Amino acid sequence: MTAARLSAGGSAIDRSRPVSFSFDGRIVEAFEGDTIASALLAADIAVVGRSFKYHRPRGIWGAGVEEPNALVDVGGSQRAAPNTRATTQPVCAGLVSTSVNASPNAAADRNAFIDRFARFIPAAFYYKTFMWPDWHLFEPRIRAMAGLGKVDPNWKSRGPAEFAEQINHHCDVLVVGAGPAGLAAARLAAAAGKSVMLVDEQYRPGGSLLHRDAQIDGAPAAAWVEETVAVLEAAGHPVLSSTTAFGIYDHNLVGLNQRHHDGRPDTLWRVRPRRVVLATGAIERPLPFADNDLPGIMSADAALVYLRRYGVLLGRRVVVATNNDSAYEVSGALAAAGAEVALVDLRADALPMPAGVSPHVGRAVVSALGRMRVEGVRLDDGTTLAADSVVVSGGWTPTVHLFCQARGKLAWHEDRASFLPGDTVEGIAVAGALAGAVSLSDVFGTVERAAASFAESKTGLPRSTGTEATGAIMPAWPVPGAKGRVWIDYQNDVTAKDVELAARENFVSVEHLKRYTTLGMATDQGKTSNLAGLALMAGITGRAVPEVGTTTYRPPFTPVPLTSFAGAVGGELMSPVRRLPLENVHRASGAVFQEYGGWLRPAHYGGTDADADAVIRDEALRARGSVALFDGSTLGKIEVMGPKAAEFVDFIYYNTMSTLKPGRCRYGFMLSENGVVFDDGILIRLDEHRFIVSCSSSHVGAVHARLEEWRQDRFGRDAVYIHNATAEMATLTVSGPRSKALVEALGLGLPLDDAALPHMAIGKGTFGNDPVRVARVSFTGDRSYELSIRADRAKPLWAVLQESGKAFDAATIGLEALMILRAEKGYIVIGKDTDGTTMPHDLGVDGPRQKRGSDYVGRRSLFTDVATADYRLQFVGLRVADGEAPLSTGAHAIAKPEGAIRSQGFVTSSYHSPILRRPIALALIERGATRHGETIDLQHLGMLRRATIVAPCAFDPEGGRLNA
Amino acid sequence: MQLFPCPFCGPRPETEFHYGAEAGNLRPDGAEVGADRWAGYLYMRANPKGATREIWVHMTCGEFFAMERDTIDHKIGRSLALGENAE
Repeated sequence: MTAARLSAGGSAIDRSRPVSFSFDGRIVEAFEGDTIASALLAADIAVVGRSFKYHRPRGIWGAGVEEPNALVDVGGSQRAAPNTRATTQPVCAGLVSTSVNASPNAAADRNAFIDRFARFIPAAFYYKTFMWPDWHLFEPRIRAMAGLGKVDPNWKSRGPAEFAEQINHHCDVLVVGAGPAGLAAARLAAAAGKSVMLVDEQYRPGGSLLHRDAQIDGAPAAAWVEETVAVLEAAGHPVLSSTTAFGIYDHNLVGLNQRHHDGRPDTLWRVRPRRVVLATGAIERPLPFADNDLPGIMSADAALVYLRRYGVLLGRRVVVATNNDSAYEVSGALAAAGAEVALVDLRADALPMPAGVSPHVGRAVVSALGRMRVEGVRLDDGTTLAADSVVVSGGWTPTVHLFCQARGKLAWHEDRASFLPGDTVEGIAVAGALAGAVSLSDVFGTVERAAASFAESKTGLPRSTGTEATGAIMPAWPVPGAKGRVWIDYQNDVTAKDVELAARENFVSVEHLKRYTTLGMATDQGKTSNLAGLALMAGITGRAVPEVGTTTYRPPFTPVPLTSFAGAVGGELMSPVRRLPLENVHRASGAVFQEYGGWLRPAHYGGTDADADAVIRDEALRARGSVALFDGSTLGKIEVMGPKAAEFVDFIYYNTMSTLKPGRCRYGFMLSENGVVFDDGILIRLDEHRFIVSCSSSHVGAVHARLEEWRQDRFGRDAVYIHNATAEMATLTVSGPRSKALVEALGLGLPLDDAALPHMAIGKGTFGNDPVRVARVSFTGDRSYELSIRADRAKPLWAVLQESGKAFDAATIGLEALMILRAEKGYIVIGKDTDGTTMPHDLGVDGPRQKRGSDYVGRRSLFTDVATADYRLQFVGLRVADGEAPLSTGAHAIAKPEGAIRSQGFVTSSYHSPILRRPIALALIERGATRHGETIDLQHLGMLRRATIVAPCAFDPEGGRLNA
Repeated sequence: MQLFPCPFCGPRPETEFHYGAEAGNLRPDGAEVGADRWAGYLYMRANPKGATREIWVHMTCGEFFAMERDTIDHKIGRSLALGENAE
């Protein structure tokens, strides 16, 4: 028994509330307020995980987010999360935790043998060795042997999906870090009348004040922490704990990851403060000696955290190894708690030795002893000290990550053996240890300077009244050629020898060093290791540390669940389908829905997957025989109005539109400026200054945006007004030989004879009290009436159509049947029968190009060398021999001039036509318009077919049925 | 995430905006425009490093406007509704 819970003490835990959880299948008793790490320590579990590459036994190093070793996969009563730091995860009843990269468990890992071969597998070994014949043959096996935690592949099936909350927040001052500096800065800002937000990654605010000796304004620091938090919260300033500021982005947007401990997913905050105060503190570094990764070797500051916050004494015989002043308080506290403490200080002229501590000054630890946990240390004079735990302090690395993300530059301070902020960044101030302060008085001094921009009065600036910490240090960097394995990056298993190897192979740039050795690349991003690594590289290459420089600091500072970034925006919320006003009515009629260009529409009515084709053909056939009803509400209805509306549509359309008479419709193309057909559809002129652009269903948003662009850029806001009314109106279409009779039966109160309402004209009727716009336009080739009515009144009109339709053998048809009907007529669908090169003359519409004198979008592009070339793909129909199956859509027409096969175009639409009782197809074929009657070869997936080029229109080419 | 100033709505997050074009790319009208001039209008962009002037559209209000921006440090300058600017 070495580590143990003391009978009293521990400011964070509530001894009246025991909690049990499991680790690697073992039940661990703890108290509320414990972290997994403190509970494992109290239970004297030394080995808590296996290392990434060599499967070395590893123990707890730290007490915060910098933890490189103690990663666990969490589940059970808690939301499943891989690679959770045991040092930041509070325990709760029913929590299940498992060590990473160990099987069956951390204490007895069957892959531990790998470490015995470590000398043969240095950095880059795998990439060098498994080159032949193919790295990918070996990769899966190697990946299975290395790595950290596992994502539960069934995470999605664990109960209903819960979305991570995302919150946008604005404040005057955001303070990152609630240690002494952050608390004081937040309090000053609040006193100055600013809106403040204070965030800290630990479970409770206070930082070092929670475990270091300090007095503020004559009272224990803990009291001042509580009072300050209470003052801030009472004034309505949010104080968030368990919340990490993980990134600073453009214009000082700060991302926060707030962890909840009640099972809710993490919350993502996007904070836009006017000013940011970074009081992010500093992280303790290890010391370089052989086997410095053994379980039982811990950061000195963490040992003090576990002692004072959790009442856990790390060991009975403790060696404290240090090169700086900060470990002296730790030594004294451990001795006072009953441990036998030996302090090894690299420096000969050390501070006064705390009571009960045996001194070894001017000495360095050269190696740790032990196998599964530390049993002692050997000093540089050859003496060995027996110990059941070793705590080390190699100095402090200020947490400059956020400052550097905001493009702050660092300056090297040799006397501190650390990088500190070296310049200023607009909107960002630094305070506390990040600003180089050590003593509490210095800390409050940096706060005063940081607050200068937002708090004129210094009322409320606290005063340190206790013993002051000192920060003297003698740098102790890893040196080349040291004996044994000196670990630099615990989490990614990088030793000093790996860095030396990188240097030998000329990976001396700090960014190359990182990628070659993986130093600093794991989930901890080298928080405890980066500086030692680059200091070693500096030593090897004879450079100063700042010459080597640091790698780029990038967000996130700590891992953030991807669900946080996704938030609620996924699936349908990511790309919501548009729905018809009559969707439920169609469903009641047995409609089978599919998505078409962003709209959820009936594909056909009734039928199953097996007989869908037959149902669709029946719908298409009945549409030709009697009358068809379909829901065309998705068609665009963009109103263009104003004194320059006619001039506007002339410019927008390829066809001249200003000559259109009020009450009439015209079919036309819109082009892009590169001459390519962008959309087609009907333009309706309601009156002199008012048009309705009826664009393709899937194109409404894009057409609207394009109209707005030309309106604002060329015509002016006061000359034209554009209103997208697509969703306001439902359009119900009646088509077929008996359509006129059915519409007459509705009694809409308008004359329907062909003189009053000819093809391509509109009329105004009423249904009940509601106006109905009746447009005689056709996408089927048959006489058709589009009835447009307020969307919320479409239901009764549809019901009357259905009821009255019975007398006419009306068929309700879905989009699939409509697609057959339009293809029989050779009517195009943009994007299906055209591609990104198709120009209007390729579709046989050459009149405007030849005749129009006024300018229009895309005009100049229709006269380029490419537009007038003789190899253009032109729109045609294809006919196969009687009895053959339809061609495959996408089949290529091929030519074999001299050997090599060359594509001459492709099939764009292909169906079986039930009315013609044969296949029909549309295609874009090279010079197709001049090749009618020619038989060509088509190839699809290795199959050869033959077809004859014909006109696109296969049914009723004279167009008589439009008026039949 | 950057903040862009819509001349109509004030500062808003960049996700609400779409890039339109480089400002000042004037359309040459007519069928007689030379091929090089037309190709320049369609395809040639300065893509400057540093200070730039661009057309953006604020999707939530639908207004196009010109904005001054620096492509190196992401500093945002003035934004002007179309018609307020010279081009």
